[in-house]
Amino acid sequence: MRGTSSAATEAGRWLVYALVLLVFVGPFWGMVMTAFNGPTVRPGVLLLWPSDPTVEHFRFAFTQGHVWRYLLNSGVVVAFGTVLQVFVSALAAYALARKRFTGAALVSLAILSTMMMPEEVIAIPLYIVLGKLPLLNVSLLNSYLGMILPLVGWGFSIFVLTEFMRAIPVELEEAARIDGASELQVFFWIILPLVRPALATVTVFGFLMIWDQYLLPLIVTNREELYTLPVVLSTLRSDETIRPNVFIAITLLAMLPSIAMYLALQKAFNRGLLAGAVKG
Amino acid sequence: MRRLIPWLFLTPALSAFAWFKFIPMLKGLELSFYKVNFATEHEWVGLGNFARAASDGALHAAAFNTTLYVVVTVLASAFIGFLLALALEGPARHLAFIRTAMFMPAVTSTAILAEIWRILFFPTRDGVVNGMLSWAGVGEQGFLADPGQALGTLMLLHIWKAVPYDTVIFVAGLSTVNRELYDAASIDGAGWLARLRHVTLPALLPTIAIVLLLGLIRGFRVFTEVYATTGGGPAGATEVIMTHVYKIGFDQFDYGYASAVSFLLFTFTMVLTLVYLAWHRRILR
Repeated sequence: MRGTSSAATEAGRWLVYALVLLVFVGPFWGMVMTAFNGPTVRPGVLLLWPSDPTVEHFRFAFTQGHVWRYLLNSGVVVAFGTVLQVFVSALAAYALARKRFTGAALVSLAILSTMMMPEEVIAIPLYIVLGKLPLLNVSLLNSYLGMILPLVGWGFSIFVLTEFMRAIPVELEEAARIDGASELQVFFWIILPLVRPALATVTVFGFLMIWDQYLLPLIVTNREELYTLPVVLSTLRSDETIRPNVFIAITLLAMLPSIAMYLALQKAFNRGLLAGAVKG
Repeated sequence: MRRLIPWLFLTPALSAFAWFKFIPMLKGLELSFYKVNFATEHEWVGLGNFARAASDGALHAAAFNTTLYVVVTVLASAFIGFLLALALEGPARHLAFIRTAMFMPAVTSTAILAEIWRILFFPTRDGVVNGMLSWAGVGEQGFLADPGQALGTLMLLHIWKAVPYDTVIFVAGLSTVNRELYDAASIDGAGWLARLRHVTLPALLPTIAIVLLLGLIRGFRVFTEVYATTGGGPAGATEVIMTHVYKIGFDQFDYGYASAVSFLLFTFTMVLTLVYLAWHRRILR
């Protein structure tokens, strides 16, 4: 009796696993299979297995769909955006974690308050500010900088890095200073190498956050040649020359970087996820 | 000089925040009190924009849709995430694989998920979901094209993206539950359901509350899910606060009113966040 009930439980378990994979991975499977399917499918169709497999739709996406252009735009924004964001956050975290100074609490509070300020609610005034930057009087609209600079300050990565930098014993820093290391040398050669896991965490989160940007590029550019991949998708969808298989191929290209980043830095990602559960 | 050093390290971050967060924030607050004109001077309208928000039927409909959307998606994702965490918890290889694989929608850009959703829920027999329903003998559904189903279909999209996060957070929470309590409960003759109710749930209460509150705080700003799939349609059935604001701002160029509505949304999220922080501090103690 006991044997049958545990066998039923076991079967139930595998049914749950299959269902989870069907719901969360199935659509992606269908997308891949349809993108490699030779004959053009009707809109809405996803295939379980391709007939006459071909890379023609990807080739068409690059040659006729100008995917290069949008991939380049997305690539520039995500590469410069992530590097700048991580570097600027590390600098700020160094001050917050390793220095005692008047105003530190106020700075932390100011950074915390930016995390309570969803970027969506400042979209309208941000658009106006980007049109004429205070003090500098330049416009960042229709430029890469307009899509990058607003993402450079991110409270989440500052706080994650601050937390890790605090844990470094002060003796390591003092030893370097006795050897005559300058402030920047301490930062670059002592602190940064010791927080490498945290740097990986904020890199993967920054990358995913920037790749996910939609409203910001939407308000910054009205010129299609500057669109990022996620933004251009709805334009391509209504383009008569882009067949369903080609559109699905482009969609796959658009999600490949973020999925690759997640798989490559999965450990770092999970570390941040649990820190993120308590972020504001 | 020594006292300047921390500030030098903070300058890049603080300038970025000043230009792209605080100045826009203040600018938005300022614009809330004006009617923005392009050819002539802005016109001071006092609380006019806020009064307009109080009587704007379309905004109220959007606020209602947003609230419904947020409450349903947050509760449903937490519930499904909790059940999946119970099923997928553990160090076994195949479980770790499933937990990784199910993260695909969670790490894919929302605008891309929106396109996938439009394909899966295509409103003809060709669509995957309609195809499955037809096996079950259900007729063709309109989904995103049907005013009665569009918001629900978008909720499913949101749940699809949120469940993997909630699952992983609950899996982490479950691993902190004291194993001895389970054993003690088992010895006392408690069944699976009794253990769930008297051991697991109480231990996970803080995690559940964090997931729900953060979901609420982050949910009210929903924009991309809606804008990239239905744009608020059909017939306004999926209009949420932020798509409404976007249209006021960028289709009607009424920056003053759009800023005022944004500011109301900001204040509301802020209150939720402060509740969360106050409460979080209490449970951490």
